Amino acid sequence: MAFGTLATAPSALSGEAFLELRGVGKSFGVGAARTEVLSDIDLALAEGEFLAIVGFSGSGKSTLINLIAGLLMPDVGELRLQGRPITGPGPDRGVVFQSYALLPWLTVLGNVQLAVDAVFRSESKQDRVHRARHYVELVGLGAAHWKYPRELSGGMRQRVSVARGLAMDPKLLLLDEPLSALDALTRGSLQSEIERIWAADRKTVVMITNDVDEALLLADRIIPLRPGPRASLGPSFAVPLARPRDRKAVNDDPEYKRIRNEITHYLTVVSRQAAAANPTRRLKKPVAKPASLRPPSMSLVP
Amino acid sequence: MSSETPALVSGKARMSRTAIRTAEGLGLEILVPAIRLATGEEPRAQLKDLLRSVGVPIVSILAFLGLWASLAASVETSIGSLPGPSEVWVAAKSLVAEHFVERQKEVEFQARMEILKAKWEAEGKPWTERKYSGKPTYFDQIWTSLQTVFAGFLVASLIAVPLGILCGLSRTMNAAFSPLIQIFKPVSPLAWLPIVMILVSGLYTSEDPFFEKSFISSALTVSLCSLWPTLVNTALGVASVDQDHLNVARVLRLPWTTRVMKIVVPSALPLIFTGLRLSLGVGWMVLIAAEMLAQNPGLGKFVWDMFQNGSSQTLAQIMVAVFTIGLIGFFLDRVMVVLQRAVSFDGASGA
Repeated sequence: MAFGTLATAPSALSGEAFLELRGVGKSFGVGAARTEVLSDIDLALAEGEFLAIVGFSGSGKSTLINLIAGLLMPDVGELRLQGRPITGPGPDRGVVFQSYALLPWLTVLGNVQLAVDAVFRSESKQDRVHRARHYVELVGLGAAHWKYPRELSGGMRQRVSVARGLAMDPKLLLLDEPLSALDALTRGSLQSEIERIWAADRKTVVMITNDVDEALLLADRIIPLRPGPRASLGPSFAVPLARPRDRKAVNDDPEYKRIRNEITHYLTVVSRQAAAANPTRRLKKPVAKPASLRPPSMSLVP
Repeated sequence: MSSETPALVSGKARMSRTAIRTAEGLGLEILVPAIRLATGEEPRAQLKDLLRSVGVPIVSILAFLGLWASLAASVETSIGSLPGPSEVWVAAKSLVAEHFVERQKEVEFQARMEILKAKWEAEGKPWTERKYSGKPTYFDQIWTSLQTVFAGFLVASLIAVPLGILCGLSRTMNAAFSPLIQIFKPVSPLAWLPIVMILVSGLYTSEDPFFEKSFISSALTVSLCSLWPTLVNTALGVASVDQDHLNVARVLRLPWTTRVMKIVVPSALPLIFTGLRLSLGVGWMVLIAAEMLAQNPGLGKFVWDMFQNGSSQTLAQIMVAVFTIGLIGFFLDRVMVVLQRAVSFDGASGA
């Protein structure tokens, strides 16, 4: 079975890729409980590219993002950013966390300011405040900059998180299921927002998502992550749709439908294969029988 | 947040909401139904709430007083029968009156001294200041106790919070201190006090001491006992900082001090304050015992002195002290609750 156009990235695996992962694997746990979450991940990403990685929940998507962010270290293989190996986290890779990870004791501006102050230490105080404000306004929260995260809706919180990620002015922006916790409407409007912001300064982006439509709306290229354990990357699907992509118009686009079908089909097939290959994944039911059916004694004296 | 648009909210409702928020901030939730009732919000439900939050406590207090009054007279001791509420009330009033009499005496003494000073200076004799040496009144004792407990609490907090942060941050530090904490935490103040007293009298040998030795001994005993809740809670709060928040710090490569001050401490603040609140409670409880034994002026010594003199007023006055200690402890706890709320970022109440 042939799956999609095996589009190679502009500078794939030639050693000059912007971000490059070679044979990356990661396991968790010790001894018998050790499971290999990711195995043999190869990836090359060109500068300015928007890559979406789609996969089922629990397939190791967040692990992959954490590896690129440097928050986790791989067991095997290597990761390189602009040819230099990734040895730990750093502000050159801005992360927008799935859970937003906003500091609840800081205001909207305070959260962004913290990142700006940490990254642009050499700038004057005034420049840094200016910079933080700029990003808060970019995500449309200028009027709410003094609010605390608890006073914001989920969508607004995620905007703050995006603003913080962008304010670091990273070489690479990592979006870890940025919209998965939001309702469909908010999700839609934030997707358009992310595209607008991305179009404005063309950062290199790796986005993790479980939503094929979201990936199709935003990404230049989509790579499915095969279900774990031992998850590895599938073939890459180019998304040559014109930008800006209107979420309504795109639905009738035959090209859109074709890619969508291919990816969905691929995901369905690999998930079925995975289920067949890993029958042991079916968990055993725990024994949950009460020791005695007698009602607990209510007397105070045993 | 509220879905109502500001224009639809009447001034009265807004006022009531402000009042409710203020009351909650001050730890006086008990007033909330009353405020709601006053502004006419669901009077029936508010009345029911009010009845439960105010009515029931009043009934239980009255029942307690009634039971006490009826039983006290029948308990005979070597120094008369157990005083009932009315005797205690009389004793409380006499303690207050005594305070004012004593203050009056002091004023008169000062006036006499002024006259004497003028006279001596006129005669060219050298004048030395004389301090009024009347016995401390009940309110003086309370004041001394409060000073002692705060001194002890302050020392304890200054040690416990930084140490707790270290223990929370580093597993090695935690492993190092954990056994010591486990062993010293359950030690009674009565065991610490003799050690502290001997150490203080051995090491604190100033000619003109700024603090009384007895004050230092009781304050340090308070510190030794109230150290632990803050230490343990701070360590827990610091150790349980959200991993996501720490990841933010890692991505930003925040320097150690910034990480501690901007991420770790704010995040642990609610638990630190829970610890401080427990510590102050423990400190206040320990103080009475420490003062009693160290003979440091204060409520503890007052109770001890009353016990020693064995007059007919003894029991009633000790009971006044019991209620005073209880009420002050309650008040201190409320103050800490308000502080705790002021610093907790998630709006969670720690009642």
